[in-house]
Amino acid sequence: MIFLTVGTQLPFDRLVAAMDEVAPDLGEEVFAQIGNGAYQPRNFAHVARMAPEEFTERFQMARVVVGHAGIGTMLSGQQHGKPVVVMARRHALGEHRNDHQVATVAQLRRIPGVHVIETAKDLRDLLAEPEIVPMSKLQGPNLDRLVGRLRSEISAARP
Amino acid sequence: MAKRDRTGHSRDGIHVLAVASGGGHWSEMMQIAAAFDGARRVDYATTDIRLAEEADIQARHAIKDYSQTEPLRLLAGALETGRLVWRLRPDVVISTGAAPGLLCLFWGRIIGARTIWVDSIANAERLSLSGRLASQFATLTLTQWESLADGARVQFAGSVL
Repeated sequence: MIFLTVGTQLPFDRLVAAMDEVAPDLGEEVFAQIGNGAYQPRNFAHVARMAPEEFTERFQMARVVVGHAGIGTMLSGQQHGKPVVVMARRHALGEHRNDHQVATVAQLRRIPGVHVIETAKDLRDLLAEPEIVPMSKLQGPNLDRLVGRLRSEISAARP
Repeated sequence: MAKRDRTGHSRDGIHVLAVASGGGHWSEMMQIAAAFDGARRVDYATTDIRLAEEADIQARHAIKDYSQTEPLRLLAGALETGRLVWRLRPDVVISTGAAPGLLCLFWGRIIGARTIWVDSIANAERLSLSGRLASQFATLTLTQWESLADGARVQFAGSVL
C-alpha cells in the first residue's frame, strides 16, 4: 500500500494530482489524506483528515509513504523505518507561506530513505523501484547530541 | 526539609512544562522528550490535544492556536498561556514552537523559570520569527542547523533527524 499524506494545515493539489496520474499503473493500493484540496482524485480512496491513531496505522501498513516535505512526515518515516517520498511546497505556487520546505529538502535529501521528487514522473520512477531504501529506525548521533545537551540544561535548573 | 509547591507536592526534582503546537512541532517535541527523564513532573501543553491523548500523556493542557499575525487572538493567547504558566509554576519551560510556545517561554522567564527554545528543523535557512524573538530573552535558544548558529544567543547542539 502507498500512503499519501499532505498534512492538515494546507492542501497540496499538485502532489495529489501527481499521485492520481501515477496510481492507475501501480498495481498497488493507494490511500490518501488530502486535506481541503480543490483537486478530487479519481483513482484512489481518500479522506480529508484522519485521527492520529489511524494515521499511525496507515503509516505502519504502508510500503512507501508519499508526503509534503513536512517534518512530521520525515520523523514518522524514521520512527516506522519507511521509505519517505517528499515533494516540497512552493510559495510561488501558493502552496505555503514561504519556501522553507524547499530549503529543508535541500538539506534533508542527504538522509538515506528520504526521496525528494518534483514531478509525477519522479514519483512514477521511484514507486517502480523494487527496493526503495527505507529510513533507518536507529536514531542517529544528531538526536543523541541534542537530547544530551537539553538534559544537562534542564538538570541545571534549580527547583 | 523538602520544599512544597502550592498544592503541597514535594518540590524536590525539576518540573518541566513542554509546549508544542500540532504537526511537526509536536513530532519534534516527542523526539526530544527523552531529555525530560528524571524530572519530577512533566506537563505538556499543545494546540492539538488529540496528539497528547494518543501519546498517552496524562498531564496535558489544551491551548489555542494562532500566529504572530493575529493580534487579537495573540492577546487572548497571552492571557491563556500566562494563566497556565502561573498555575503550574514550572522550573523549566521548553518549546519547539510555535507562537503559543513563545508566549509560554515569555511567562516562564517572568516567573524565573529556565527557558529553552528549540527552533524547528524545518527552518533550514533562517530562524523562525518566534525563534528570533525567543533568542532575545530565553536562557537557551537552539537551532538545528549548524549554519544558523551564532555561537552566542543562538546555538547548535544536534538535531532530531
